Amino acid sequence: MTNSPPERLQVQDLSVGFGTRIVQRALNFSVHQGSIFAIMGGSGCGKSTVLKAMIGLLRPMRGTVLVDGEDYWAASETRRLAIGRGFGVLFQGGALWSSLTVAENVALPLQMLAHLDTDAIAVLADLKLAFVGMAAAADRMPSELSGGMRKRAALARALALDPEILFFDEPSAGLDPVTSNRLDDLIVELSNGLGATVVIVSHELPSLFAICDDGIFLDGETGTAIARGSPRALRDGCAHPTVRAFMERGQRAPATATGAP
Amino acid sequence: MGTIEKLPEWHLHRHGREAELELTGDWIACETGVRSSAEVRRIIDETGDMTLRVDASGISRWDSALIAFIRMIRDTARPERTQRVTLDTSGLPETARRLLTLAVTDRTEAAGIIAAPRSLATRVGEACFAAWNETNEATALIGEIALRTGAAVSGRTSTRSIDVLQLMREAGAGALGIVAVVNGLVGAIIAFVGAVQLRRFGAGIYNADLVGIATTREMAAIMTAVVMAGRTGGAYAAHLATMQGNEEIDALKAFGISVYEFLVLPRITALVTMMPLLYIYACGLGLLGGFVVSMATLDLTSVSYLEELGNAVAFRQFAIGLTKSVTFGALIALVGCHIGLRAGRSAADVGYAATSAVVTGIVGIIALDAVFAVCTNALGI
Repeated sequence: MTNSPPERLQVQDLSVGFGTRIVQRALNFSVHQGSIFAIMGGSGCGKSTVLKAMIGLLRPMRGTVLVDGEDYWAASETRRLAIGRGFGVLFQGGALWSSLTVAENVALPLQMLAHLDTDAIAVLADLKLAFVGMAAAADRMPSELSGGMRKRAALARALALDPEILFFDEPSAGLDPVTSNRLDDLIVELSNGLGATVVIVSHELPSLFAICDDGIFLDGETGTAIARGSPRALRDGCAHPTVRAFMERGQRAPATATGAP
Repeated sequence: MGTIEKLPEWHLHRHGREAELELTGDWIACETGVRSSAEVRRIIDETGDMTLRVDASGISRWDSALIAFIRMIRDTARPERTQRVTLDTSGLPETARRLLTLAVTDRTEAAGIIAAPRSLATRVGEACFAAWNETNEATALIGEIALRTGAAVSGRTSTRSIDVLQLMREAGAGALGIVAVVNGLVGAIIAFVGAVQLRRFGAGIYNADLVGIATTREMAAIMTAVVMAGRTGGAYAAHLATMQGNEEIDALKAFGISVYEFLVLPRITALVTMMPLLYIYACGLGLLGGFVVSMATLDLTSVSYLEELGNAVAFRQFAIGLTKSVTFGALIALVGCHIGLRAGRSAADVGYAATSAVVTGIVGIIALDAVFAVCTNALGI
């Protein structure tokens, strides 16, 4: 381990939006190897839209994203797909393919993108499902799963190709505190174990404080980033009123004993 | 992702009461694959009743390929097996050991839910029950619709007129183009076939009777209904099936909003009102197609053709066609809604519902038309 791990993702002067409406503009940040990076902010501030620009689903209006120093949006279509192979994405609702079983959901990326024989695919799919504790539910259809199980199955699918960078869109949204806690532990354990870099979009304070070591705070009103740092550091030291309001609402206690303006 | 520099290999060394599994190379699943269970079996057999220590110091890069390999050894070396191999994983990287702990094999839940294969008699019986259920449900739907329509007529309904108007526009105005093309061409084809045959007997003038009766009595109603079954019936089924998958139907039920009044009745109303109008439009286009072809191929004046046509097509023919079109409209909407509401919740189920609505709709139209033919024949009209 070196003192400062290399930067896996660099976001430069990024502006995203739909049509003529800009959602977030002039974003600059970078994600280091092995870190768990949080994109924070209130509902509707454009967190998920920024994530879409990072995983290649939405072309930014301005600026770009560098993956290992390579300009993602300037690359050719085929090159973009090749870079995207190194990404694992957990979508907000799970986005499991509803006509395939859980095991087939995990096996499909391996069948389509890795040249492996059927036995190897079965072994790897079973391993990924065992990681998330879903091996027993391998033959069930997504519609038969509970919300938490669906999220875990989607996590197993995101891990299918051993991605080096993992993107999570609201991983704990809609889950009870215990399940969400367990999912947080799982994310930390897996990203450490596989040496993956993680980007999490979330507004769930407990999980942000528990697992993220770096982050950026997006503001919906001004449409840009207003703070930078780990969620814990922002909670303890950031003076910006919007960030304070966001962080303290979660603590449910008037923690501003210092009386800072 | 770099390319593989060294292939993943394992070597088994025996040191007295202990065996050492030395691993070297790059263990990357997507590039070098996973070791077979035969290899794992061989390692276990060669180790026998000893401790198997894993030495991973020679590994340069690894991912789940390594975890999968060690996990297979661990699961094969379970104490209930004949050989009592004890696995010592202290030589693995710390992170790999944590992942291995995470990937415990737990099959207890799966054991209880395996159903026994069913016999032929059971399957035949189940198919019969399913068919009976289907009939019951369809009858119940028709009954429900009749009751709701009664309520709607007397003003007690939660059907929104905006929905009905919107659906009417989609099913009516939206279909004008395709209905025109199909019926115009069918009228022209009938005229062609008739002209070739009748000219041989010098009875070309009767082509007007042929085209007129065939179009008004049969073809305009059937062709319009077939087009609508493919266009609108399939869309209704797909729409309702998608709503089913998104729990939108559940949301309506939870609010106590009647699915029949809110979704089914507007669709039936729209098709039942639009089909007769489309039928009249289709008749016009079919007759026009026939007229154009007759004029082009037969040695007739337009006045004599139109006079013969007027004599041949009585109001009765229109009435029969009109009755058919109303019935077909109700059938298409009922089939589309019924299949859509019964659909499963996956994406494939939506496609299945759309296909099945179109097929059932078209077969139903032809069958109903046969019933009409028998009835009109018996009544002598």
